[in-house]
Amino acid sequence: MGGHLNINHLMFLGQGALWTIGLSVIALIGGGIVGFIIALARISPLKSVRLASATYVQLVQGTPLLVILFLGYFGLAAIGLKVSPLTAASASLTLYVAAYLGEIWRGCIQSVPKPQWEAAEGLALSRTQRMIKVILPQAIRIATPPTVGFMVQIIKNTSLASVVGFVELMRSGQIVNNSLFEPFAIYAIIAVTYFAMCYPLSLFSQRLERRMGRGRSNLAPA
Amino acid sequence: MSLQLDFPAVLERWPSFLAGAVLTLELAAFATVLGALLGTLAAVGRGTHNALIAGACKAYVETIRNTPLLVQIFLVYFGLASLGLKFSAFAVAVAALTINVGAYTAEIMRAGFEAIPRGQIEAAEGLALSRLQIYWHIILLPAVEKVYPALTSQFVLLMLASSVCSQISAEELTAVANYIQSDTYRAFETYIIVAVLYVILSLVMRAGFWGLGLVLFPRRRRLGTPL
Repeated sequence: MGGHLNINHLMFLGQGALWTIGLSVIALIGGGIVGFIIALARISPLKSVRLASATYVQLVQGTPLLVILFLGYFGLAAIGLKVSPLTAASASLTLYVAAYLGEIWRGCIQSVPKPQWEAAEGLALSRTQRMIKVILPQAIRIATPPTVGFMVQIIKNTSLASVVGFVELMRSGQIVNNSLFEPFAIYAIIAVTYFAMCYPLSLFSQRLERRMGRGRSNLAPA
Repeated sequence: MSLQLDFPAVLERWPSFLAGAVLTLELAAFATVLGALLGTLAAVGRGTHNALIAGACKAYVETIRNTPLLVQIFLVYFGLASLGLKFSAFAVAVAALTINVGAYTAEIMRAGFEAIPRGQIEAAEGLALSRLQIYWHIILLPAVEKVYPALTSQFVLLMLASSVCSQISAEELTAVANYIQSDTYRAFETYIIVAVLYVILSLVMRAGFWGLGLVLFPRRRRLGTPL
């Protein structure tokens, strides 16, 4: 019992919240870059590339993020590579997010209507030109709502980085709790903070989805 | 830096790994069944005309879907303790996972309910089916059939997420791994083995759900709709 919750504790939690946002941004950017490569590899004309990327996705989607984090932190340390909690968490989250975003984006690229692909081919565009000038601009529109939705998952998943000792919101909550021992109150504050970060994104994603739905129904032949 | 992997030293603990995998499956099975019930109730509640019930169900779904599972587990764990209730870590884990997957199930089931054409219900009313019959035959079963793939992949995700329960020292696969790695100092090998086991578990679950779908939805099998 170490006194009451005071402004210093809240400041500490606030700092943790900032790191949660920071780690989420790192995971989004890292996972987005690798995930984009995965998405393209999944629809590659080369069978071996398709197979390799599909295997990667299956393996990561079949493993809990917690185990991936342990592998990245304790595992690499045990074989002699020294990694900081931030590096381990960023690398693990990047690999994890890439597998999911890659699959989401592959779906979006493939859901660009077939005539668009054929028309681009008919105009004698190369594969790269077709992808960059015709398919991707349309795929990005389709991909925006699910990607924003997945950002909520990323923010929530960064809470697992606390198990490798990275001081984000969850870990800072545990540290404050160790000195105050008021677990219910502190974890309730943590929960509210996560909710405040995630709920606006959820709402935004839903709104984008509805707007997309309207856009699409306008395109439907009368 | 020397890279020396010694899998046999860890693999000789295979009975513990196996027991952990079985515990994980048990945990997931309990939470899946209870969560499916809770989620279906919440989805039904969200569709009622009673604003209070609908609002409460919506609040439940949104709160759970927008907070991390780890925080939920700690809140349930310490919440029950502060009420003076003593449960095993396993029971707390089942409760927390049930509450969690219930919210996701509710959202999936709601999509299923919304996909039922209004005319079907009117036709059933015209045939003088009772309210309960309508709910069961016209709404619930066809809705489950429609959302079955989304539902089952959510349950596989739940099995993977149950690894988080190791943080309240509930006995399952990841907790076993944590113990073995602290005992053998072979973290990399241990977690590789555990990762492989999780991949196998998720493949087994997917195959199981696929088979179950073939049995449960013969109409879908006849139509050749992929599950």
